[in-house]
Amino acid sequence: MKVKIEVMLRDEILDPQGNTIKKSLNNLGFKRVTSVRQGKLIEINLKSKPSIQERQTIKKMCEDVLANSLTEKYKIKFFKK
Amino acid sequence: MKVAVVVFPGSNCDRDIFSAIKKITGTKPSYLWHKEKNFSKFDLIVLPGGYSYGDYLRCGAMASHSPIMNEIKKRSKKGIPIIGICNGFQILTESKLLLGSLLQNINLKFVCNKAKIKVTNNRTIFTNKYKNNEVLKIPIAHMEGRFYCDKYTLKKLIDNEQIIFQYCDIKGNLKDANNPNGSILNIAGISNLSGNVLGMMPHPERCSEKILGGNSGIRFFESIFESFN
Repeated sequence: MKVKIEVMLRDEILDPQGNTIKKSLNNLGFKRVTSVRQGKLIEINLKSKPSIQERQTIKKMCEDVLANSLTEKYKIKFFKK
Repeated sequence: MKVAVVVFPGSNCDRDIFSAIKKITGTKPSYLWHKEKNFSKFDLIVLPGGYSYGDYLRCGAMASHSPIMNEIKKRSKKGIPIIGICNGFQILTESKLLLGSLLQNINLKFVCNKAKIKVTNNRTIFTNKYKNNEVLKIPIAHMEGRFYCDKYTLKKLIDNEQIIFQYCDIKGNLKDANNPNGSILNIAGISNLSGNVLGMMPHPERCSEKILGGNSGIRFFESIFESFN
């Protein structure tokens, strides 16, 4: 089973990379882009479908390591391989 | 005074700190590899600058989980002085030994210059040899130096006098033009509530010899040494 974790800066935090990408897109003719925010995608492979307890462990991975809870938010998604 | 300089894979300012401390205080520090879980008593622990773990995931994030950090957290609770410089500061915030976080510079440039820093609080073991509000010129070199915290944390830092250094102009005024990275309130360095842990983005070890272009950093190390003695 594959777990995809999206890590993004919290909404209240300025994302200068995102802003720069937006300006580049606009300059390249993609004028309809009004804002861009950039994040990280972390893929984790598990041997099998996680139990409820294992899902909590994945959440702890996010809280303790994969995301900085002060500045980042995360979403966990599960996919069959 | 027994001093330890922690070395993580990717640290690169460990030798400069060793050199500065040895020259200024006469004490030869010991290097501690990041895997040491148990180590002898030290009176000062320094987390140096550099690119621990290649800045993978987030600056300082991987290093904050290094085996040595558990023991360092215990020692900080006992009041042992701990300094984090640049990447060391990032490691301290990721370890939650200091509040806040260091984010990418607002202008997306790696800044490398002599910053003007104000000593906002000279009543700490790290800054007591400076005058209050004294303006220093200390080199900075970083891409992720934007200090961020929420407004509640900022109020705590202000009320408890935990803001130790701030970027300023030559007269000590806090101006946007002198803020190299977009740090909230021009914050360049903070301490924890007990005042034994200090994190700062500027490099005092890089201006501890006149031949390097400045010696404002000398009194930083002298303060700690004299506080101990």
